[in-house]
Amino acid sequence: MKTTSVSEDVVALSRKAGSARRLQDKLTIVLFLLPAIVLFSIFLVYPIFQSVYYSLFSWKGFGPAVDFIGLDNFKHILTDRIFLKSVGNGLLIVVLSLTIQLPLSLVLALMVRRNLRGRAFFRMIFFIPYVLSEVITGIIWLILYNPDPAYGFINALLTRIPGFEPQAWLGDTRTVMLALFVVVTWKYFGFHMLLYLAGLQSIPPEIEEAALIDGVNERQMITYITIPLIRSTIRTSVYLSVLGSLQVFALVWIMTKGGPVNASEVMSTYMYRFTFERFEFGYGSAVAIVMLLISLIFSLVYQRLVRQKIT
Amino acid sequence: MSDNYSYRRRTLKKNLPRFFQYLILIFAALFIIVPIVMIIFGALKTRGEFITHPYTIPIPPNWENFAKVLSMPIFWSMLRNSLLVMLAATAGVVIISSMAAFVFSRMKFRGQSIVLNFLTLGLMFPITIAILPVYLVVRQIGLTNNLLGVVLVQMAFQLSICIIILRTSFESVPYELQEAAYIDGCSTFGFFWRILLPLSRPALAAIASLTMVTSWNDLLVPLVLIDKNSLWTLPLGTMQFQGEYGVNLALVAAFVTLSAVPAVIFYLLAERQLVSGLTAGALKG
Repeated sequence: MKTTSVSEDVVALSRKAGSARRLQDKLTIVLFLLPAIVLFSIFLVYPIFQSVYYSLFSWKGFGPAVDFIGLDNFKHILTDRIFLKSVGNGLLIVVLSLTIQLPLSLVLALMVRRNLRGRAFFRMIFFIPYVLSEVITGIIWLILYNPDPAYGFINALLTRIPGFEPQAWLGDTRTVMLALFVVVTWKYFGFHMLLYLAGLQSIPPEIEEAALIDGVNERQMITYITIPLIRSTIRTSVYLSVLGSLQVFALVWIMTKGGPVNASEVMSTYMYRFTFERFEFGYGSAVAIVMLLISLIFSLVYQRLVRQKIT
Repeated sequence: MSDNYSYRRRTLKKNLPRFFQYLILIFAALFIIVPIVMIIFGALKTRGEFITHPYTIPIPPNWENFAKVLSMPIFWSMLRNSLLVMLAATAGVVIISSMAAFVFSRMKFRGQSIVLNFLTLGLMFPITIAILPVYLVVRQIGLTNNLLGVVLVQMAFQLSICIIILRTSFESVPYELQEAAYIDGCSTFGFFWRILLPLSRPALAAIASLTMVTSWNDLLVPLVLIDKNSLWTLPLGTMQFQGEYGVNLALVAAFVTLSAVPAVIFYLLAERQLVSGLTAGALKG
């Protein structure tokens, strides 16, 4: 009798404790999620919906938006040569990154990964530019590219070659995008190298050892074993590189402001100019929505493709 | 003889690629270092020296440019603003994202996956793209020309990635530990505060250093939200300084060098945490 009542007490007590805990848990869930949800709704979600609304108006940014023009802003954007140029420039950076920057990062990662003397040193050096702000990076290269060889290191170096005339790398419509791409590579290849290194680290050493025992040479091993094994890392790095290329702002703004004559305009500088310099807030909102859609569609399509490949 | 020959050939075959590897690595390292060294050399020269021989090693070094920058009150106020924003944003992100990640990794409720998807939307809306919509809202709230506005925006756009990183790390803490703690009378909050957080210190350090670097280097948010030069952060102020003193390259070089010092020191101290934060964020996101 006594023992059962004790155990009943225990059950009752634990049930009480359990319901107290459940209440406590509910409270925790609400209180712990609230700050994130509030912050997120105010500064991320609500702004986007509001801009969808403003994108339908011709609005100078002050007072209520009254001049409803429907989809005219979007029509204008998609037929504006300068906007199309800025999309093209973004794509150019994407293509150059995928064909030059990422392979370079991969090759360097494959080298730094081995038992090479000084590999920690190289790894540290390659990653420094990532820590420097885009402002600092932009100013450093602005000085390096200076057309006067008395200031600009690059021209000073190249004018040592007989017959070479100093170039205005950032002032010439033909060279400006390439010059900017060099800076993008300088700043970001270390980051991609780091991703590849993390991917390479996750390969079990036994696999490569077994391959070596089976008489596979090094080049075969890298093409047929190592690279296929880090395919998912490569996909991630491609994804981040494309999204990053669509978002460059500070580097371009510091070095060229999109010039000369819009030759280095990218979507973000285009939007910045229209809104914060010309105060076309309705139009700028529409540009922001177009940019959002481009990156959203890319994300969804890419993730769909990646997921399909995995399964 | 022939043995020796084939041995030599083998070592050559082994060492030749290694030689080329070093060549490529050294070339890449020079590509990274030379621009940085050049800007430091430039800063250590007077204006005249910079014009006559810009690339030689500055002997004797001329510290005047550094002294000039360090004696500018605006440099110190920029440094203070940047520090303030960075610390506040980082503290906020660490607290709020660890609370949210705790719920997602340790509790069950209806609609959980919807809320999680909602909170990871940030991965698809980077700040560069959303800056105008955000500016309009911050203006409505009246937080322009206020460092708090910068902090809140930076926090909002950093939350998604940090919640994802932390959730994965929290999930790796064994459930038995949670049950044992509850049996011993530990409250839900007590488990979170006294057991889960201390065990997740590496992940917390990773998201903290990730947020610190992002906030410290951010140009766009302060550029759009701040007009008053007493509230400029380092990237914004450095950009304005370059615009104003652009002709005096040696002074600009000194300014840029000094404004890079905190980031480089931070990198040397927290390389491991930063790297793990970056790779975790990229590979999980």
